[in-house]
Amino acid sequence: MSTLTLHRVDGIVTVQDMGRPGHLAQGLSRGGAADRLALIEAAALLGARAPLAGLEMAGAGGVFSGDAPMRVALTGAPMAATLDGVPLRWNATHRIEPGARLRIAGAEAGVYGYLVPAGGLATPDWLGSRAAHLAIGIGAPLTAGAVLAVTPDPAPETEARVIAVANRFQGGTARLMDGPQTGLFDAETLDAFCTTAFRRGTRGNRQGVQLSAGARFVSAEAAGLASDLIGPGDVQSTGDGVPYVLLAECQTVGGYPRLGTVVAEDLPLIAQAAPGTVLRFRRVGAEEAARACRDETVLLREAAARCSSLVRDPALIPDLLSYQLIGGVTRGDDLEQDDAR
Amino acid sequence: MTEDAPLSPELLPAGPDGIELRFARRPEPAAMAAVQVLAAEIAAAPPEGLRELVPGLVSVLLRLDPAAVAAVGPGLLARARAIAATRPALPAPTRRWTIPAAFGGAEGPDLAAVAARLGQSEAAAAAEICAAELRVLTIGFAPGQPYIGLLPEAWNLPRLPELTPSAPAGALVVAVRQLVLFGATSATGWRQVAQVAFRPFRPERAEPMPLRAGDAIRFAAAPADQIAALAGDPQGLGGARLEVLA
Repeated sequence: MSTLTLHRVDGIVTVQDMGRPGHLAQGLSRGGAADRLALIEAAALLGARAPLAGLEMAGAGGVFSGDAPMRVALTGAPMAATLDGVPLRWNATHRIEPGARLRIAGAEAGVYGYLVPAGGLATPDWLGSRAAHLAIGIGAPLTAGAVLAVTPDPAPETEARVIAVANRFQGGTARLMDGPQTGLFDAETLDAFCTTAFRRGTRGNRQGVQLSAGARFVSAEAAGLASDLIGPGDVQSTGDGVPYVLLAECQTVGGYPRLGTVVAEDLPLIAQAAPGTVLRFRRVGAEEAARACRDETVLLREAAARCSSLVRDPALIPDLLSYQLIGGVTRGDDLEQDDAR
Repeated sequence: MTEDAPLSPELLPAGPDGIELRFARRPEPAAMAAVQVLAAEIAAAPPEGLRELVPGLVSVLLRLDPAAVAAVGPGLLARARAIAATRPALPAPTRRWTIPAAFGGAEGPDLAAVAARLGQSEAAAAAEICAAELRVLTIGFAPGQPYIGLLPEAWNLPRLPELTPSAPAGALVVAVRQLVLFGATSATGWRQVAQVAFRPFRPERAEPMPLRAGDAIRFAAAPADQIAALAGDPQGLGGARLEVLA
């Protein structure tokens, strides 16, 4: 077994995978990565058959090293990363030699960055998942000094890869499909919801995020409503009419009415919206919603098609380095910005 | 909540891989019984493509193969309507838990106020909870956490206007004819009438969340020092006894 050591931790760093589906009847929400697509993209980059457990880094990363040669994939919210001082490209794989220091700074956009070793983290699991579920005390944010078991990289010699990624880190429009309680809101309220430019509010975590706007979205049926089963993506309108979008660690039963459900493929856009980011919603019919909820194996295949070699000409590397060290103006995400276009 | 409000089952969208059958918008007792009947019927004869079956308080949620959603919905709605029309009683339980509980005092700080509202002594109110034919109606909010009901109509107590900042793990709280048993320290707007040593969620236990919707629940009054001693049970079962009835 290899290990990954956390020398310094700057953000809220947790082990995450795709979570624990199938326990809703026992009151356990799925949990897992806040941005599931980021783990799918990491798996595609690493040539894995299924998403692997990795580190979710909320806000910022830290300083990491491994004890064996291993590739790591860096995905999700772009963060300035360096390996022994050399800038690394985000949305790419990199080979880490034993003892080399991988430094991951704060998010430049978005909230959740991911560091996934090629073999996957091999930390203890519970109910078939290694994911920390902070809301219910399963696992905990990692602290400096943590040493995590990693399955050895099956192919450390594999060339570095890069993946083209749509920009889901600076807000935008999320598709909303009707849910069981959409009919409890009148048409004017639903229209107003879909014409409002929200800002991601200051309240938010892995359970859900607040949508901030002057307007309130109230159902006349809210008083006396029976509690209902709730899940990630649901847009719940709390007692004072302020909406929240529920995320991976949400509770499983709630008494507040829900306006609708953000389609699965747009949930990363919500999770990755930093406080203040502008978010809008567009109501879609069942057919369009179904098209936006593709199976994870389909998404992984689609992500693999967006990967390509990260070609490096060894002769160019010293020049590139001196440029970046002397200039000191590149943020390390220039290429990432290109990817986003 | 009235016993005879008409039920009008609705087939509702719940994502591309789900449907919800809802018997009522409000917490009608008849809807809660209908949920248990429909969930038991579905469990006995699962439709093609069923991935997850979740009984809620007044609704049943199904997670399905997305390709099966359109085919399953109409048949389930017809079954739900048939159940609603017959207004069945709860199906016979297949399991029963007996859970020791210390009522009143520091273990049930709100029992006196509850008893006063019911016009009873604390002992009589506690005895009424212990005598009630209770079921796990649904599990949720937190892992393993049961919503238990229904108590007699007189127990239709409103929630408190102010949240109690912290009820301990094992607190048995009451409102709107229901009991909730907290698995962890929780803020609550319900009234705490007792304390149990049983923990509905223990991640390290072989069965972390042992209760199931439909389970019969019986509370057995026990002295506070006995509950305190049972709380030392490393399994967190706290003296709870499970009988398989079927």
